[in-house]
This record gives sequence, structure tokens and C-alpha cells, in this order.
Amino acid sequence: MDNLTRRRFLTLSGVTATGALAVGATQVNWSDLMAAAVDDPLPSDESVLVVITLYGGNDGLNTVVPAGDPAYQKARPDLAYEQGDVLDLGDGLGLNPGMKGLKGLWDEKQLAIVRGVGYPEPDRSHFRSMAIWQTASPKSPVPTGWLGRWLDATGADPLRAVSVEPTLPPLLAGETTAAASLPLRGLALPKGALGTAYAALGKPSPGEGHWQARAAKAVQDLQEATKVLGAAVRTGHEQEDEEDEQRTQGASAGGTSQLGAQLELIAGLIEAGVPTRAYSASLGGFDTHADERGTQQRLLTELDGALTPFVQRLRKTDRGKNAVVLVYSEFGRRVHANGSDGTDHGTAGPVFVLGNKVSGGFFGEQPSLTDLSNGDLKPTTDFRDIYATVLRDVLGTDPTKILANHKTTIDGLLRV
Amino acid sequence: MTEISERAAVRRLNDRLGFGPAPGDLEAGLDATLRRLLGPATDAAAAALPPPTGLAPPAAMGKKKDPDAQKDKAAKKAAARQRVAQERKLTTWWLDRMVVSRTASERLTWFWHGHFATSNQKVRNAVWMLGQNQTQRKYALGRFGDLAEAMVVDTAMIRWLDGQKNRRGSPNENLAREFMELFTLGIGHYQETDVAQGARCLTGWVLGRDGKGATFQRRRFDSDSKTLLGKTGNFDAKGFAGLALTQPASAGFVIGRLWFRLVSATPPDAATIARLTTAYGDGRNVRSLLTAMVAEPAFRDPESALVKQPVEWAAGLLRAMRVQPGKLAEKEQTKLLAGLRGMGQLPFRPPSVGGWPAGASWLTTSAGVTRLQLAQHLVKQAELPAVEEANDKVAAVAALLGVDGWSERTKAALAGVKDPKQLTALAACAPEYVVSG
Repeated sequence: MDNLTRRRFLTLSGVTATGALAVGATQVNWSDLMAAAVDDPLPSDESVLVVITLYGGNDGLNTVVPAGDPAYQKARPDLAYEQGDVLDLGDGLGLNPGMKGLKGLWDEKQLAIVRGVGYPEPDRSHFRSMAIWQTASPKSPVPTGWLGRWLDATGADPLRAVSVEPTLPPLLAGETTAAASLPLRGLALPKGALGTAYAALGKPSPGEGHWQARAAKAVQDLQEATKVLGAAVRTGHEQEDEEDEQRTQGASAGGTSQLGAQLELIAGLIEAGVPTRAYSASLGGFDTHADERGTQQRLLTELDGALTPFVQRLRKTDRGKNAVVLVYSEFGRRVHANGSDGTDHGTAGPVFVLGNKVSGGFFGEQPSLTDLSNGDLKPTTDFRDIYATVLRDVLGTDPTKILANHKTTIDGLLRV
Repeated sequence: MTEISERAAVRRLNDRLGFGPAPGDLEAGLDATLRRLLGPATDAAAAALPPPTGLAPPAAMGKKKDPDAQKDKAAKKAAARQRVAQERKLTTWWLDRMVVSRTASERLTWFWHGHFATSNQKVRNAVWMLGQNQTQRKYALGRFGDLAEAMVVDTAMIRWLDGQKNRRGSPNENLAREFMELFTLGIGHYQETDVAQGARCLTGWVLGRDGKGATFQRRRFDSDSKTLLGKTGNFDAKGFAGLALTQPASAGFVIGRLWFRLVSATPPDAATIARLTTAYGDGRNVRSLLTAMVAEPAFRDPESALVKQPVEWAAGLLRAMRVQPGKLAEKEQTKLLAGLRGMGQLPFRPPSVGGWPAGASWLTTSAGVTRLQLAQHLVKQAELPAVEEANDKVAAVAALLGVDGWSERTKAALAGVKDPKQLTALAACAPEYVVSG
């Protein structure tokens, strides 16, 4: 990405939030941003965090598979992978056969797998458990996401975090700041009198109600973004999903597709040195209550096909070498198959951490398949340990301020 | 508390219980508007649009694999094209109904679609989606219990949440969980054991062959005793729905969901919920509940503004301009649906079983670009003599769209555009129209 495109990117201020944000709470000053693009590019030694959310509850036991464990085979007679099917990682575990690229990264020590990740008293609702992961608050609901609070705490600049998803995920909404959102397809507005008049609709109007003021602000943000961004970011890359029965079997719990396109966009932004420290992307379809094996393997293949070239591309540049990728889902699934050749909502699952700065290998204990809690895995690692680690080692922030005093980290996960 | 004017209240009734005012609707008084929207009369205008035919799923697609790989691929492509065409027909028909509707029935059907959110992405059967839509319409203003009982055994719902996989001895919890969490009770008002036991109540349902509806098969049903939500018995699907609805939390949950979409993003206080629960009554009557809801002081509060969802915005614009999607050329229909998809909301395609987002989610950069493009496209399909012939075109377009009035900001912006159609497209993107004030 050339300097002009980078400057254009910086003008984006398509800020939305979960509703916690007051009108005008995020004031992105146009000329300040333009100046920042030139004066203050991200130093090439500053690390970047890329968070990938898998919506629907990815089945951890068929992702990092304990194929050699008789209890696994017994619990899932028609759903289990044989030892010969999986890609051996040692410790009696193997990767799903769809993840050949990630196996390569594992062999190169650029993939860390944190096992048995969850939180106390797991919630099996998609929406609640996803909120718990995204707000990092298992006990009581809070209106801010964990990276949103990081934005609030580090200067309230929405361009420090960017989402490339159609709607902003709660993890990026803070109390006073929400991340910017960047659509995959280009932006184009009419020129001439109509364009001028449309821009004028974005002016604030005294005494206007909350939502009308928000609508006007959205016009203003869009106008400014489009003026300089135009259709430059990407054109024609967005395509219709392929919708066959298998791909959509687990679609009822939300999430997006086109992870490859999302990551390609992020890679370009990182390489250009935009001053963004955290990115969010997502993939949906993991709610595999029925006929799971084919559907999940296909989704994991899709994940593998998007993630592998992304990580390989990143390590070719200085800035990319400092990027760390985190992949998680809101919960794992039950140990026992449910009789529909699928699995119902469960608890703990593996979290992937990838990149040049990662110390490859296993972290955390593999949960027992025989010592269960109501038929579910007992988590061995709190997800906030991982957040605290990346906040400290990637974003250079004191995690206790962001994570309600959560102090535990995972030592050795990242090479500092 | 200040109140919005009577005329603004009439406009708000049209916005919230319909899809915005059609020409002439704002000349009626408050009582007449209420009678039209919530009275007992059926919606003759919408009923005059018969549901599309020829929606049967492409024959045995993917079941029998053609040994010739190339032929197989071609057959799959043809079937996929057929599915797309069927869904377009179905969606256009529904949008058509929204545009001509005269009672609250169509708007509430739209609400229930978002509440029992089911997507054809996974269902892949336009007949089943139509069936669910017709059931939601049938009970739209009726008793919520009837609707909930119908939804828990609805064919599209069963396919969507894997109900057909749920059988005696091997329960599948998907439908039971979402039924309590999202449809009837809300999170925190049931336990994990209720989910497991609820799934047992819902066993026995299978999908019909060749696109026929779901049927009950006794041998797949778990007829042993279940204990859930504080009761023990041999409950089936109907029994499960009944148990959920009699929980104390249910009325407040349903009232809260309707309030959030039809009145305000600020939840009702306890006293309001109590009043509305009385109106809802033991019969769980939606029409009585809505009648009470729009009589609440909050309904006349200027603060009770809502961002229009994209479908509401587009249907409202089409209504005001008297453009019926069903009468457009196929190419134009495709543009309309592509615009709605670009704004993030296509009927029969909710993003998840949790339904569509609200508020600021419709005010993103990408939604804004598409809104203007779609408005520019839709005005081309309209005849707009009322704006063309007016001396004060800016005022005329306010009357056409039924907005209470323009701010000085918007007046000044609109004054810069002379062409009546471009002016109308622009006005449709003004904050005063994007938001139902």
C-alpha cells in the first residue's frame, strides 16, 4: 500500500458502537488524522494484535483431536477421527485433517495451542458466552469490550483498533471510544450538486435528538472517508458465499464469511504501517449440532486456507514479524456426540496463537475426557490469562487495568 | 414531559405499527389511525397479493450424484440458480405486501420474523420459509401462545435449529435452548437442566420427504417423564411451550422485545411492564398489548426515536412513492434486494437466530453508501408529480415522505438539489427520515 492509500485509510472514521457510546463521544478530527498519517506512522518495532473470532462454538475436540484416547473414540463413535486421520502434534493430540497449513506452522514453531481454555461456571448460550469472551467479564455483564477498554485507556483514538467486519463486534467498543470499521468493498458517493448536498446533511443540527444526531454524524464520517478513500481499498473482491448444504449446516449462530479477504486487507494495512495496533476479523458457521464432521472440517479448511498465507505473508516484512494472531470461539462443544452426528454447546476449547513472535507448542493442560463436569470438559486455563499476556507483550499495556485486576499470564507464550 | 404533536403521533403510529405513512395517511386522526392499524378488520390490500407459486425445492439436488463430474457440477449450478430465483420471488412478494399493507398485521409479521429469526441460508427451502411466514402472519396480532406453539414445531424452524435430529435417546438441544433463551424467557430464567429436559420434550419431529412439512413420529418421541421449569410430567412440544410461557419471566420478556422494536431503545420501567402485562393478559393477546403500548406516555415522548431498520426504510420509501416491488422488472427487483443486502438486512436472511441488530448498527459507513445508492435507484422507478409540480419542492418532499418537518440543516442541504427525483432520493437519506422520530 502506498503512502497515499495509507493516508486515505486513516481518514476512515466509520465508528459505531454497541449503544454505550454517547453522541459525538468519538470525535475524530480530520486534519489531526491526516497529520498523524504523515507524522506518526506505526514504528516498525511496535507489535500488532489480530483477533479472529469463530462464531457458533467451534468443536475443540475435533480441532485439536485426542484421537488416541479411547474415551474420545467411545464418546463419539460416528464423529471421531482415527489416529491415522489427524495431523500428529505429539502428546496424543493431532490437528484436524483440514488444517494442513497450520500443521506446517506448528512444525516451524509459529503456532502455539493453548489447551482447555474457558472460564468458571461456563455459560452455554452463544450470545452470553460470546459476550463474556468479548467483554472479558464472566461474572457480571459490562457494556464495554476488552479492546474497547484498551482504547479508552490508551488515548481514545479509534484508529488504534480497526474491524474489517460488516458490523462492529462488541470487543472493540469502549465507553468513550469505539474502533473504526472498514468495509471490504470500496466506498463511492455521487459527485456534483447531489454530493455536495449529501455532505451538508451531515452537519450537526442544534437541538437534534440522539439518534438523528448519530445519523448525521454517520453521514459526515462517511463523507470524509469517501472523499479520500474512494474505491481505493479494494474493488470487486467481495463475492457471494457459496451456499451448499454442508457449508451452511452450522449457520444459525451468526458470524461472517470471507475470512481470506478480511485477512488480506489487514495484511496490507499492517505492511503500510498504519498506526493501528489491534484488528478484528471473524468467521461464522461453527454451530454444528448436526452432521458436524464434514461441515466443521470444511470450515477449518477455510480457516486454514485464510490463516496460513496470512501468517506466511506477515513474516516477510518487519512490521508483519511483530504481528500476533489470536483465534478463539465462544465455547467448545460437548464431549459426547448428540446422536445427530453433531455436538451440543459445551465448555472449554483450544485457543490458537500464531506469528513470528510466538513460541510454538502446547500451553495449558489438556482437559480430561473422563473427569467431566455434567458431561463437559473442565477448563484448565482462563481465557483472561491469554488476554493479559497479549495486552502486556503485544500491546504493551498493564493488563490489570483492562481486565479488572486479572494478573495471571502465560509465561513463555510470546518471545518478548 | 413534553409530548410530540398529535400529527407526529399519527406519523409515529404509521412508522411503528406499519411501514410508514402512505400518501393521505397523515390526514387521518389518531383514533381513526389506531382503528385502521389495530382494529379487527383484515388487511384486504395485502391479502389481494397471492403468495408466489413454483417454490418447490429443486428436485433431489445433491442427493444422487451424477457419475459424470461435469454434469454433476452443472446440475448443482442450475439448482442453485433455481433456489436464488425462488427466494427472490418470495422476498419480493413480502416486500410488496409491506408496501401496500393497511393494518399492523404485516408489520408484526415482520417483527415476529426477527423474533423467531430463521434464515433460508440454512433452511434452503422457499416453501418452508413461506409456510413459517404465513404462520407468523396468521398469529401476528393474535395470542402469543398460539404463535409460540406453532413455531416450536414449524418446519423451517425445525430445519434451522436441527429439530429433526432430536430423537429419543439422542437429544439435540439446539431448538430447546434457543426457544427459552431467545423466543420466550430470556437468559437467566432457565437452567441447563431445563435445556436438556426441554430437548427431550421436543423429540419425535421429522422433516417430510420431498419438501413436505414436519411431522410427528411417536416412535422417535421420548415419552418418559421429564422434570423442567419446576414441573414433572410427560411433556411434548406443546407442553414444553406451555411450560415456558407460564413462567413469570415470559410476559416481561415478550413485552420488552416488542417495546425495543416498536417504542424505544430505553426499556420500560417496572410499573409500565406491570400495566402492559395486565393488557397482555392470561390470553397473551398481542393486539391488546400493542393497543396498551401505544397509549403509554413513552409513545408520545420525543426521546422515543428509533433508527429505521433497512427493510422498514426501503418499504416506507416505496410506500410513499407508490412503487410496488412486485410490479418492477426482474432486473430492478434484483437491484432492490442487492441494496437491502448491502445495507445488511434482507428478509428471510437474518444473520443468526438472535435476529438483526438495532440502532447504531444501521448507521455504518457501508450502510450509508448503499442507502444513497438504493434511494437513487428507487426514485427512478417512481412518478413524483407532487414534488415536480410544487413551488416549494423541499416542503413537498417532506409531505411526500411524511416527515414531521426538516431541520434548518436539512432544508439548506435539500435546497441545493433541483431535480425532483434526486431531491427525493437525498431527502430519504436525511437524518429526519432515516430515523423514526
